[in-house]
Amino acid sequence: MLNVDVCIIGAGPAGITAAIDCTKMGSKVVLLDEQPSAGGQIYRSIKKNGHVHGEILGPDYLHGAKLVSEVESTGVQHITEAKVWRVDKDKQVFWSCRGKAQQLQAKRIIIATGALERSFAFPGWTLPGAMMAGASQVLLKTSGLAPKQAIMVGTGPLLYLLAVQLIKTGNAPIAIVDTQASKQYIKASRYWANAIQGRKYIYKGINLLLQIKKAGVKHYHRATDICAYGVDKVEGLSFTCAGKKEVLDAQTILSHIGVVPNVQLTRALELDHSWDPLQRCWRPSLDEHQNTSLSGVAVAGDNSGIGGALVAEYQGHLVACEALYSLGKITKDEWQKSTNTLKQQIKQELVIRPFLDALYSPPQQALTPVDKTIICRCEEVSAGDIRQYTHHSAYGINQIKSFSRCGMGPCQGRYCGQTAAEIIADEANIEVSEVGYFRIRYPIKPLKLGELASLTPTDKSFMQQYKD
Amino acid sequence: MKADSNFVRLNSQPHEASSEVQFYWEERPVTARQGDTIAAALLASGIIHTRDTAVSASSRGPFCMMGSCFECRVEVNGELNVQACMRVIEPGISVKRQRS
Repeated sequence: MLNVDVCIIGAGPAGITAAIDCTKMGSKVVLLDEQPSAGGQIYRSIKKNGHVHGEILGPDYLHGAKLVSEVESTGVQHITEAKVWRVDKDKQVFWSCRGKAQQLQAKRIIIATGALERSFAFPGWTLPGAMMAGASQVLLKTSGLAPKQAIMVGTGPLLYLLAVQLIKTGNAPIAIVDTQASKQYIKASRYWANAIQGRKYIYKGINLLLQIKKAGVKHYHRATDICAYGVDKVEGLSFTCAGKKEVLDAQTILSHIGVVPNVQLTRALELDHSWDPLQRCWRPSLDEHQNTSLSGVAVAGDNSGIGGALVAEYQGHLVACEALYSLGKITKDEWQKSTNTLKQQIKQELVIRPFLDALYSPPQQALTPVDKTIICRCEEVSAGDIRQYTHHSAYGINQIKSFSRCGMGPCQGRYCGQTAAEIIADEANIEVSEVGYFRIRYPIKPLKLGELASLTPTDKSFMQQYKD
Repeated sequence: MKADSNFVRLNSQPHEASSEVQFYWEERPVTARQGDTIAAALLASGIIHTRDTAVSASSRGPFCMMGSCFECRVEVNGELNVQACMRVIEPGISVKRQRS
């Protein structure tokens, strides 16, 4: 079996940075990632010389070119198209690559699996043509594709950034249907001091909104009762705005209500998690150096709590420092000096978050969808089904999972777990933190039996004894 | 087929080699760009309905484009449950809608 010092899972800004630092200092590193090239979703398809659509994607995206070029020049052992499906507490890591399973033994593990878009479950969101805004951005980055007749619905910085990117391609969205409620401004105003300190982000946001306005994109505000309609595919979107019902035709609907940490692997590892009431999501419980409740396992990037690409980079350096110190590659003085600086940088970069989290918190409709809304896309479980089970059983989310099959499909709850918990909390009149979360089990990505069997060579199989 | 697509392909290609690749969707030839994932190639060709669900046989298409939601599962050369957003197009492959 392959033995390494550090195994890093996820090649976004956090994973890349950690891999570069550890490799430079002479540690044996393996960086595993599902995609064909380094960068994660934020820097997807970026090359060391940038991107042919760099002008459209913007300077924050192009910042990633430096990182991916360094992965190459440092000689990081980066395994692409590697789907990690199991990590054991003794730090054995299992993954599949083009249908063949492999494993390694690491001394330290860094989990940098990033974020997932928060599900916005509204009636009709399962129709072909209804996608996540991030999906449209991936299509732009990987294949230069822009939707022709799209409506963007929801709220949050990514929604506005994508709108501006689409405008620059010459394919402005038909409309932005904004779900942000007035009370969010009031809630966000509590964090005015944070907004002043993190004003570079405020300027960026205002600039995006001005560009949307300048392009003449119709921007509906405080929209409620979002509903996509169509037979077999999206034909349009209906919603209520200023007391009036609006109906707009569209071929594509791009929804977005923020991002949440991807905790699938840290949950499966049974690490401690805590509820973040402001970001309204679960995140792994960490010490000040990003170490989890299991010794030798650290997390970095958005899966440790949403902070964005720059925070992810700093956290990548921080967990690399931890790993290098524990492996004896740097001295205590070096470790202390570096980590102190990094912690300061992270703190500064995170200062804007409470303001943004309050300003762009998910709309009520996404937390408590109407009964007919499908919330588990895989097993087609509706919000009404969850409510019924809540009334007829104990309030345990895992009991409701077994009764309803909500969260038992191939996505393993990635896109329904939080909505289910919100509905149960609302129905049972308890806090979401009390509801808890689905128990996540291995393999965390569906695995074919043939892939599993490929771990053991035929001549090593226990079946050998029955031969002859 | 391309004229019906809900997506526009921008002029310059992000891939170093932007040559065309042909594959088959439901037995009919479709042209993609080298480096496209199956999901991107299908969307660019106006195909957005790529799966029927097992529970109610309702229509689904690509949703997250990053390998997490499993909505874009298709049949590739007879192999079921291939995530179309995670597999890059290879010349001549036969892709079919995954039916319940």
